[in-house]
Order: sequence, then structure tokens, then C-alpha cells
Amino acid sequence: MSQVAERTAQPAQTGDGGSFDGLRLRSLTKQFAAFTAVDSLDLDVPSGSFFALLGPSGCGKTTTLRMVAGLETPTSGSMHLGDRDITWDKPYRRPVNTVFQNYALFPHLDIFENVAFGLRRRRGKDVEKQVGDMLELVELDSQARKKPAQLSGGQQQRVALARALINRPEVLLLDEPLGALDLKLRRSMQIEIKRIQTEVGLTFVHVTHDQEEAMTMADTIAVMNAGVIEQMGAPGDLYENPRTTFVANFLGQSNLIEGTLKGRDGDQVVVDMQGTLATVPASRAHVDVVDNNPVWLGIRPEKVLLGESGDAIDAPGNSIPGGVVTDVSFVGVSTQYLVRMPWGQELQVFEQNTGRRRLFRQGEPVEVSWRPEYAFLLDHSQDASAGVEDDAS
Amino acid sequence: MTATATPPQTRSAEPPAEPPRQRRRLTAYWLLLPGALWLVVFFVIPFYSLVATSLYDPDGSVLHGYDMTWAFSNFWHALHDYWGPLLRSLWYGAVATAICLVLGYVLAYAIAFKAGRWKNLMLVLVIAPFFTSFLVRTLSWKLLLRDDGFIVNSLQFLHLIGPEGRLLATPVAVIAGLVYNFLPFMVLPLFASVDKIDHRLIEASGDLYASPVVGFFKVTWPLSLPGVVSGTLLTFIPAVGDYINAQLLGSPKQRMIGNVIQDLFTNANNYPAAGALSVILMALILVMVLLYVRRAGTEELL
Amino acid sequence: MRWLQRNAVLLGGLLVIVYMFVPIFVVVLMSFNKPRSKLIYRFDGFTLQNWLHPCQSPSMCSAVGRSIEIGLLATIVATVLGTLMAFALVRHQFRGRTVSNVLIFLPMASPEIVMGSSLLALFVAGGFGGRLGFWTILIAHIMFCLSFVVVTVRARLAGLDTNLEQAAMDLYATEAQTFWRVTFPLVFPGILGAALLSFSLSFDDFIITNLNAGNTTTFPMYVWGVAQRGVPMQVNVVGTVMFVISVAIVVGAELNRRRQERALA
Repeated sequence: MSQVAERTAQPAQTGDGGSFDGLRLRSLTKQFAAFTAVDSLDLDVPSGSFFALLGPSGCGKTTTLRMVAGLETPTSGSMHLGDRDITWDKPYRRPVNTVFQNYALFPHLDIFENVAFGLRRRRGKDVEKQVGDMLELVELDSQARKKPAQLSGGQQQRVALARALINRPEVLLLDEPLGALDLKLRRSMQIEIKRIQTEVGLTFVHVTHDQEEAMTMADTIAVMNAGVIEQMGAPGDLYENPRTTFVANFLGQSNLIEGTLKGRDGDQVVVDMQGTLATVPASRAHVDVVDNNPVWLGIRPEKVLLGESGDAIDAPGNSIPGGVVTDVSFVGVSTQYLVRMPWGQELQVFEQNTGRRRLFRQGEPVEVSWRPEYAFLLDHSQDASAGVEDDAS
Repeated sequence: MTATATPPQTRSAEPPAEPPRQRRRLTAYWLLLPGALWLVVFFVIPFYSLVATSLYDPDGSVLHGYDMTWAFSNFWHALHDYWGPLLRSLWYGAVATAICLVLGYVLAYAIAFKAGRWKNLMLVLVIAPFFTSFLVRTLSWKLLLRDDGFIVNSLQFLHLIGPEGRLLATPVAVIAGLVYNFLPFMVLPLFASVDKIDHRLIEASGDLYASPVVGFFKVTWPLSLPGVVSGTLLTFIPAVGDYINAQLLGSPKQRMIGNVIQDLFTNANNYPAAGALSVILMALILVMVLLYVRRAGTEELL
Repeated sequence: MRWLQRNAVLLGGLLVIVYMFVPIFVVVLMSFNKPRSKLIYRFDGFTLQNWLHPCQSPSMCSAVGRSIEIGLLATIVATVLGTLMAFALVRHQFRGRTVSNVLIFLPMASPEIVMGSSLLALFVAGGFGGRLGFWTILIAHIMFCLSFVVVTVRARLAGLDTNLEQAAMDLYATEAQTFWRVTFPLVFPGILGAALLSFSLSFDDFIITNLNAGNTTTFPMYVWGVAQRGVPMQVNVVGTVMFVISVAIVVGAELNRRRQERALA
């Protein structure tokens, strides 16, 4: 995960004029009375990709998905599939299928007829064979004549997937498809769905609030918040180089430290961080570099190193003395510390339990440091607690 | 009236569905129109006719027609002549409703919490007898309660009634008939309410030092109030207006307001008085229902 | 003793059920009765005559036929109109919802005697006083069945996940296909239940019917008439048959449900 900023290739950068054979949304807006659920959204999903829309509940991701499916009418804007304008098409006229959140399997039809539903509506040929093949793909060929209520949650999930996939849609929409499953099943289904996507090669658009799920499955993630896309890119890029406080906090965790810009030094930006000078590569400074402007300096907890007070740091970097360990949580693979800095802020520090370094105790004085290339600078006008999850979900 | 299992509602964090479009709104009116029209023409407008009838000239007759004379005195006369059956109806209705509530609650509670896998069977057993004609069942009660029948003889043997005592043609028989006939109207709403109560709440009250009796009155009863309210209303209203039980199981001394209205319409042909009595009955019931619903604090009747 | 204490409520409930079945037992018993006198209504001896000759009193059988006829017609009309109303109320937003709900609720909350006399007042005022009969009964029955249909179908429809219809549209079903292949089959049990309820309400109604029947006689009116003179035992045959048919329907539905549930395990 250290290929920092190598893949700057953003799929969204294809120009408006060029031919594009994926899903393209332009200025897509949806208002419910006084509430704007989706606000002038631009998005390009290349065909064949596994694309995730990630965000907290109420961020507009499901509304976006429902507009693409045709289940919600946009207030304004357009949607194209390749050259075809699908903005105003009825749901049954667009080559798009959905895996619903609670599956929405027809309770009065058996598994076979559920899967055959779309083919029959389009008067497809070889329904028997196609359905048989599809049920084999999701490993449910022995359950064809059962009713949905007779299957387990994971099996129902696979039926929902098969029912949508069999139509070979240009875009397959997945609305929190694993939300109703328990953790263990969810993990195996993530891998399963990823395998099927590679096998069939269709475009998948996956809506989720679970950042781990998005990072595991998708090759491109768009982080959505309050109806707009905050940042889009490969999972690694988003994690290592977030551009907003929301992304920094929603995708993993971040320490955000208040600082003041103090000019440039080559391709490094210098920041006065509570009295200590720190440097950040210019490519990771997502701010206007103007002297004396306030900024947030961000650093991921696992990138922070702890050292004995006064010890030499084992790598060149930004180093701040005067910390005190206030809390130690041993969680097996790592140890999580809270370190109170001289200016009162508590920083999170995760250290791998490699066994090569000793554990620090509560109350011990420590020095914190990190390599400059792991830090990032964010606009100070953004809320430092945006995207912090209240509860682990 | 059948208890249908509701599939889990999908929970969506996103805002609710889009506002309706014009075309869909018109569809709603077209769907509603035939049924609503039927109810307006044959339920609402008849009320108007009834009120009008109650104000007709009492000296007219069906043969010669009635004149509208705004005869408000009809009401006064009706009340004066028939206050006895009117009060008796309300009294019988109230007593029958109270007994139904006790019996119905025991039954609903037993079905909801004690029946286990026999729950549905018991529910079926509650409804089944009521598919047999109301009148035929009431005739059966007449047979059961007859003067030298098993029940009367047993009661006489136990000295609960005198050797010449009887059940037929007494208020007891009429009220028993009302209780019997309207019991399912009490049981079904009660069951719907009690069945929704999470049984763990009752266990929790026990855990928090409530005796079973206290637990019942502090937890079960308040939570079942919606069922109690709709059950008592669904029992009380038809019971007050009923005259079949009074006629078949009672005597002229147990005449209820329904007997009077029926008689005035079909035998005496005194439409204005009958209309006035109907209006009075409806008004009384409406007032009582409104007061009752307000006191019980349940607005979810619809 | 402790067993008794623990199961007191269940025993109470069972006693109430026994109480509810006592008259049914009498009805079945009396359907095999061989009465000695027309005037004394009690069990005198066993016979199959009542079952072998149910139409000994032809006026009873024609009354039963008329009740079935009215019941079927009222059920069809009320079920269609009520189902349409239920769809409007559950699936559409429109002005006048509350008024519609009150309009549907009131007939269920009015005493029959008041509804019956109101209708009579309307018919008489409209000049139909001399033409009371089959059609006025039918109109009245449709009126009071309608509300029960709306309430029953509405409950079923409200429990239906709208995602299912969206899923059908997503899977290339047009609006009409979605309705006939998904919505209707799923709501159908509710509609069927409403129809059964309508039929039994209509078949059994006496108070409203009696006020608006003129010279037409339905089965309950026939029973009412003979109750004063002497009840032919065939009335109990009809009562028993009604009981058996309805129990068969309800038990059949319950067994079907259980069978499906067992397949789950």
C-alpha cells in the first residue's frame, strides 16, 4: 500500500467530447422538497470496472444509484450509457440491473423463476439453460425449486446477484448488498462477488458505507458526502493521500494537527506545527501555499513512530519531543497508544507488535516522529472532525 | 380480520420516495371514486334523509306522505316515550362490553402467550363458530336457557335461582346473548394488540421486582390499550343497537332501543319518531365514543 | 396445584372457547333431531330426515338461495370497489385522504339499526318505498361490506415491500406486467380473505336487511319469522353446513400455511 501517488490516473478525467463506453453522469441533481440529496454530481464509471460509492448514510449514494436504475427521477442533469441517453428512460427500458439492499426476491416465485424473471420479460431464448448455468455460477443449482424464504441469508444474496447478472446488464448496481449478512459471511461474499465480477467482466457499481468492504472489492472508490463526491481514486491513493478532512477521517483514521504555513523549501512545504517546523511534499499539500495561512497537517496513526525521550530517531523525519503516553490498548496485532502532546492534543499512534520494540507504559515521556512523505496538508477551513464515525460499523 | 404476517419493512437511510406527480394523483381519484361514491350515496346521504325524516310532520303517514315541518318536538316526544329502552340499551351494552372485555382478555392473552404452536389453531377456533348464522346460534341459546333445561335445573339445584326462577325473559339472558354474539369483536383486536407485546418486557418487569399482578397492570395492560379501546368500541356499538337478543331471549320488559326503532318503522309506520330515535342513538354513541377515545388517548383508530 | 396456577390463563382461555362452541354443538345436534311437536324446541330423538330432505320447507330453501345470490353479488361488487380504494389509499398520495379514511371507518362504527333506518329513510324519500326488495338489499350489503374489504386489503397491501415492485421494473417488467406478475399475486390472499369476510357478513346480516327488504325474504329473515312460530330442524342443517364449510376453508388455509412452513425446515 505504499505506492503513494503513483496512480494519479483518475478515471473521471475523460473529456466530455471523447467517446466513452461506460456510465457517465453529468450535473446530476436530486431534490426532495427542501433537501438536496444529490448535488450536481459528475461521475464517469469506465466499463468493466468495479466501482464503489462510499459514504455515510444519508450522503446521497443510494439516491444516485436509484437514479441510475431509473427508480428515482432526477431533478436535473443527465445520465448516459455510452452514447445512449438514459436520463428519462423507464427502469424496464434501461440495460441496468440492481441487487437490492434486502434482496427483494419475489416470495411467491421459486428460485428458478426469480432468476428467470428478467429473461422471460424480454422473451429471451434458452431460459432453462441460461438459468441453469447462472445457478451453477452462484452454486445454487440444487436449490432451484425452493422458495426464497427457504434459503439462508447468504443464499438469498446469491439469488439476488444471479437474478440481476443473468440479464448481462451494461451496469450492475449493488445497493449495500452485504449489509444484512454477518461479518464472516460478508468477508467470504466480498471475495465471491469480486470473483464473479472478474469472471463476467461487467461494470459493477457498488454502494456501501463500509470502507473496508469498498477497499477490498472496488478498483475505484468515490467517497461521497452531503450529495457531492469528495474524492475519487484507487483505494490506496485515497487512503494514503486524502484531499479532504472528511476522506482522511472516514477512510481509516487520521491525526489532524493545526499548523501555519511557512513557505517552501524546494519541493517541500514547511509548516510551523505548534512551534516545531515540519515538512510535507508539495504534491501532498492540498492547500494554497500562502505564508502564514493556517492548515491541518494530517498523519495516519500507523505512520507515527514512538521513541524514548531524547533517543535518536531511526529515520529522518519530523520529530516532536515532549509527548506523554496517556493510554495503552493492546489489541494483538498492534498496540494503540494515545499520546498527549505539549499543546494538549492527544495523537493516536498504532504500532505493530513485531516484538522488536518494547511496549511503552502509561505516563511514560515519549518523542513522536514520522517521515515527511507520509504526512499531508489539508485546508484549515474544513471541519477537523468531519467523517469521524461515531460508532464502528 | 385475518392476522397477516408483515414482512420486514426495508429500512432506507435515504429520504422517502419522490413527491407524487400529477398523473398519479388523478389515478388515485379514479381508483377511489366508485367506492367513495357508493359510500356517499348509500351511507352519508341516507344520514341526511334520516335527519330530515326525524323532522317530518308526525301526523303524516307512509301512505299519504310526510311534510317537512321542522318538527323538533319529535325528538322531545321520542325521548319522553322511549327513555326507558334507550337507557336500558346503553346499560345492557355497557355490561355486555365489560364481560366481553374480561372473557376476551383472558382468551386473547392465552392465545398470544400461552398457546405456543397452537396459536393459529386457537385463533381459528375463535372465529369458526361465528360463521354459523347469528340467528341460528341465538336460537340455540334459547334452547339451552329454556325453563326446564339443563342450565336452569342446575342453577335451581344449586339454589342460585329460586325453584320458580328462570333465565329466559330476564336481563341475564339478553346480556348473555349479547356477550356471546359480540365476543369475537372484542377478542380479535385485543389479540392483535397483546400479540405485539414483546414478552421480554413482562419478564423484565418481573426481574425488576414486579409481582405478576403488578406486572400485568403496569406493563401488559397499558401496552394493550389500543386493542382494549377498539375492542370495546367494536363490541359496545353493535350491542347497543342490537334487538335480536332482546327479542329472542328476552321479553317486552327487556325491550331495547333497536326493538323500538324496528317496530316504529315496520309495524307502527311512525317514521318521524323512528328517525328521531335513530338520530338520538347515533348522536349519543358518537359523543360517548369521542369522550372515550379522548380519555383513552388513542387516536390510531383509523 | 402449581400446575393449575401456571396454566390458569390457558385453562380460562380454553373454557371461553368451549363456551363459544356450546351453541354450535346444539345446532349440530338439533340438525339430527326428530321433533315430537313443532312448538317445543328440544331434542326428542335421532333422525337423518332433516339431512335427507333439507328442502321440506320450500320457502327456507328459496330464502337460502336468495341469500347466496345476494351474498355473491355483494361480495363481487364490494371486493372490486374496496380493493380499488385500498390501492388508492396505500399507493397514492392525494388530498382528501383523511376524509376518505373517515368515510371508510364510519360504517364500521355505526350501529346497524341506524344504518338500516337511514337507508330506509333515503329509499322512502326517493320514492322507492314500495319497491324495497332484492336490489335495495343488495345496495345495502355492498355498502356495509365495502369498509371491511378496504380494511382487509389495505392491511395486506401496506405489508407489501415496494422494493419488490421496483425489482420487477428493474428486471424489464412494464407497469402492467409488474402489477399482474408481482403485486396482484402477493395481494391476492388479502383480497380472497376480504371476499370471504364479505360473503359471511352479507349472508348473516339481519338488522339492515330486515328494514330494507320489503317482501323479499333472506335466510336470516326466514329464521326470524319461524322463531316466533316453530323452527323447522332444517334450519340447523343449514347452520351446520355453514359451519363445516367455513371451518374447512379456514383449516385448509392454515394447513397449507403449515405445509409451506414445514418445507422451510
